[in-house]
Amino acid sequence: MTFDIPKRSFQFLTGPSGAGKTTLLRLLFMSLQPTRGLIRMFGRDLSQIPRNELPMLRRRVGIVFQDFRLLDHLTTYENVALPLRVRGKQEASYRNDVIELLKWVGLGERINVLPPVLSGGEKQRAAIARALIDRPEILLADEPTGNVDPPMAKRLLSLFLELNRLGTAVVIATHDLALMDQVDARRMILTEGQLDIYE
Amino acid sequence: MRVRPTAPILPPSNIQGNALIVVIAIMAFLACLTFGAVSMVRATAAGWQSQISREITIQIKPAEGLDMDAALQKAKDLALGFVGTQAGTILDDGATARLLEPWLGAGLDLKELPVPRLVVITIDEENPPDFGEMRELLAQELPEAFLDDHRTWVDRLVSMASTTVMIGTGVLVLVFTAMVLTVIFATRGVIAGNRHIVEVLHFVGAEGGFVAREFQKHFLKISLKGSAAGSALAAVLFATLGIWQTNARATPESDQTMALFGTFSLGWSGYLGIVATMVVIALLTTLTARLTVMRTIDEIDLIRSDPARSDGLPAS
Repeated sequence: MTFDIPKRSFQFLTGPSGAGKTTLLRLLFMSLQPTRGLIRMFGRDLSQIPRNELPMLRRRVGIVFQDFRLLDHLTTYENVALPLRVRGKQEASYRNDVIELLKWVGLGERINVLPPVLSGGEKQRAAIARALIDRPEILLADEPTGNVDPPMAKRLLSLFLELNRLGTAVVIATHDLALMDQVDARRMILTEGQLDIYE
Repeated sequence: MRVRPTAPILPPSNIQGNALIVVIAIMAFLACLTFGAVSMVRATAAGWQSQISREITIQIKPAEGLDMDAALQKAKDLALGFVGTQAGTILDDGATARLLEPWLGAGLDLKELPVPRLVVITIDEENPPDFGEMRELLAQELPEAFLDDHRTWVDRLVSMASTTVMIGTGVLVLVFTAMVLTVIFATRGVIAGNRHIVEVLHFVGAEGGFVAREFQKHFLKISLKGSAAGSALAAVLFATLGIWQTNARATPESDQTMALFGTFSLGWSGYLGIVATMVVIALLTTLTARLTVMRTIDEIDLIRSDPARSDGLPAS
């Protein structure tokens, strides 16, 4: 398969279960090394990048896991601020940005709450906020609406569209046809090793 | 909007962490106990050795026509004529009778028995006299005299003390090895329990060094708490036993304990050793944590090149 993800583009990645959507996302996120073929990101061949350079490249990619992967002992605020913290930034320099982003995703009132207390939708939004906090060039979201009801799914979709409008390329892996029908966006359909792209 | 003070990236305490503190405390206690016991035995043996080698004894056997008192005085004078001798004491009748009392009973009249008599000469340990020459002179001047420089006893004590110290050092090495292995397994357990944190940090762009530093800080705190508790307990135990021994001095229990174990006094070097043991344990734990975390991160990166493994992300 051959495809590209243009800058500032918005696309859905879909296909039946087991088709390889998550594997494709893993390849794009550099958590899996290609054994064949060529993947270029940010102008570099992913299979040739030394291990110690991977963290720097990953910082340019935001990822939203299907199971959120929030740390239960950290508050919503601390979870969202985590990418900035690991980059060695001082808290004073990012506090307002994190709070503003949390308000933007509708978690303004849940800043000091620990993840076990959050609902599925709130966790999903916290995970999205964490992926966005350092303004990635590309956002990969794996079934971001898998755990939420349709109204919440619609709200999350608006969030991704808004983010895309601000300049981030977005790839959403999903089964949810209803979700895809809400937006006139590029569709990449993965079936039995074939990728069909509908612009 | 107020936010709470930023929490550490690793949860400060959990069941595994508390269990590790207890394990480290026990191992530190055992290591300090062994260290203390070894230094105690060494000090006691050195004390014995020094006491024995500080003195020599001239024994004069009774003989027909020998004026014992004159012979004793002559032997003492001959010995004190050598460079390296400091003082001489003739064991009088009373002292000799007391020495023989366990075997011959009280009220012994030395005139009735041909009992050898002793002259105790104190020598300068640093600059001892020439025992061979002294022995020769005594043989010429006083054939009934026999010089005992305690060499046999000193040699036996030296070999006994070195054996004990060697065994103690061996035990110490074993305790340390067991401690390091225990810490490695316990650390791995804690890291395995927190692997999701390592993964999340890795995926939000943390470098290996950052993750390792976070774990190192966490384990340094844990190991300092555990080793401080274990070492303090050992130090308190030695101090308490020392105080008990001082207060109970001259009682049969204390004498027996002192005969068996020596004095429960570690001295500043012993306590310094306990502190050093604590520091070594803390450093070993921290180092183990660093190496284990780096290996976990390497493993996460290795998964990249193995499509059969799906540890990184949930399956589609």
